[in-house]
Amino acid sequence: MQFGYVPPEQQMRDRSEYARKGIARGRSVLVMTYVDGILFVAENPSSALHKVSEIYDRIAFAAVGKYNEFESLRVAGVRLADMRGYAYDRRDVTGRGLANAYAQTLGTIFTQESKPYEVEIVVAEIGETPAGDQIYRLTYDGSVADERGFVAMGGQAEPLATYLKEHHHDGLTLAEGLSMAVAALRADGDREIEADSLEVAVLDRTRPRRKFKRLTDTAVSRLLADGNESAAQAVADEPGAASQNQPQQPGQSGPGGDPTESVEAQSADTQDEDPETA
Amino acid sequence: MTAGPGGLGRLPASYLAPGITSFTEFVSQQQPDLLPSRRALPGTLTDVVHATTIVALTCEGGVIMAGDRRATMGLTIAQRDIEKVFQADEYSAVGIAGTAGLAIEMVRLFQVELEHYEKLEGSTLSLEGKANRLSTLIRNNLPMAMQGLAVVPLFAGYDLVTGQGRIFSYDITGGKYEEHSFFSVGSGSGPARGALKKRFRDGMADMEAVQVAVDALYDAADEDAGTGGPDLIRKIYPVVALVTDEGYRRIPDDEIGPIVERIVAARHETIGG
Repeated sequence: MQFGYVPPEQQMRDRSEYARKGIARGRSVLVMTYVDGILFVAENPSSALHKVSEIYDRIAFAAVGKYNEFESLRVAGVRLADMRGYAYDRRDVTGRGLANAYAQTLGTIFTQESKPYEVEIVVAEIGETPAGDQIYRLTYDGSVADERGFVAMGGQAEPLATYLKEHHHDGLTLAEGLSMAVAALRADGDREIEADSLEVAVLDRTRPRRKFKRLTDTAVSRLLADGNESAAQAVADEPGAASQNQPQQPGQSGPGGDPTESVEAQSADTQDEDPETA
Repeated sequence: MTAGPGGLGRLPASYLAPGITSFTEFVSQQQPDLLPSRRALPGTLTDVVHATTIVALTCEGGVIMAGDRRATMGLTIAQRDIEKVFQADEYSAVGIAGTAGLAIEMVRLFQVELEHYEKLEGSTLSLEGKANRLSTLIRNNLPMAMQGLAVVPLFAGYDLVTGQGRIFSYDITGGKYEEHSFFSVGSGSGPARGALKKRFRDGMADMEAVQVAVDALYDAADEDAGTGGPDLIRKIYPVVALVTDEGYRRIPDDEIGPIVERIVAARHETIGG
């Protein structure tokens, strides 16, 4: 065992590395704007343990990393938002206020607790128009970034962000955005992505008061079928674009679909995944 | 610094702690003064704003709830276009009679309570569960009810499990009673219930039931000074909500208007409708 002085720089570096490793072990979450709001796509085989959730009327939360840690942050966010909305007015609950509270919390935990939170989160809020949409990305050490357009986090986030940077633009439809997200995940992992292994939700400006909505597997399959038609030209020059033209319905294996194939892929995934890391 | 409603500091440990899914319980630990029931009164109050008649009845698609628009303070009309029927959540409605100030606050708390549970748990409460939560809120208000500030809500919703509309009434102690077919609360509830009893039939079409509800409110306004009739000059019509398997829908004024005009026209012929 080593004793003696560890310089603070080293301590912080160790903590960062520890947190980063934990976050990279999980699967990715993509957040992007589209014409009617903000779209969240998470690779998440569980339909009960969510990575994307509603916080308030116009605000949603997405997270990657350690489930129990981001879940407690989510619960705190809902409590803070409901408390503020009840004490003042619903319009007084803002994404910026929530992002601030999260930043302070994560920052304090990073420097003062014995281990940092292994999480990365997004607080997204939609405005009346696309120009008012806000996406805040918060990392394990409490840093906040005000992102424009899209965020990719968790797992192998870098290539996903590169993919979205090349393809994302203003005025995407929901179907186009969803197809783009799936294409990004597919290009990254080089594997098929089924609708039922995706957790998809939107903050939709056109909805009444509560803008958050989860999309069912059926809705996701249908949107992917729609999106592939309009996005076919845009992604025609991408590697892996061939599979774009064969949208698969859940439970309906395509002509060459081998049911054992997906089972194998699933068990392989669960092996290299830390059970604690959702 | 804390991140309570005012501050922007870090989230207090109690916010991050797992366990409590009830908003009311959480508020009672964090900021009890925000709760409507946590206030001490010096004596008995009488001159406060009262909300009056609410009716509810089941129909083919679910349940209808309707309320007149009058609030009174003693013999004065305090407000002529108050709204007393509210959406509690996607599949339920709550109407209020009694002390308006407290009742509106209680409804606001109830709405947050239901939404809070839904967000934290990822599922909605059963209709009975919601009715029981409202019961607790009313029970907490008992000391104030004893001092003259009673709140008597009516709760109705579509039960997604049994596939039908259901109605729950309450007394000031928080006692919850399931009502069958129809019910009314408030100062005009007597004449309103009489009208409902004569006109109610099982499995009425939704819009027919809307008409019966508006008719019952007309009868209540006819007999009770606290209940406002439809105001055709100012175009102030009763608030009518329909809750079905498609969720809560407030019937817009341009649909209620013609119904009200028909009813008033019919009363020109026969005063009893």
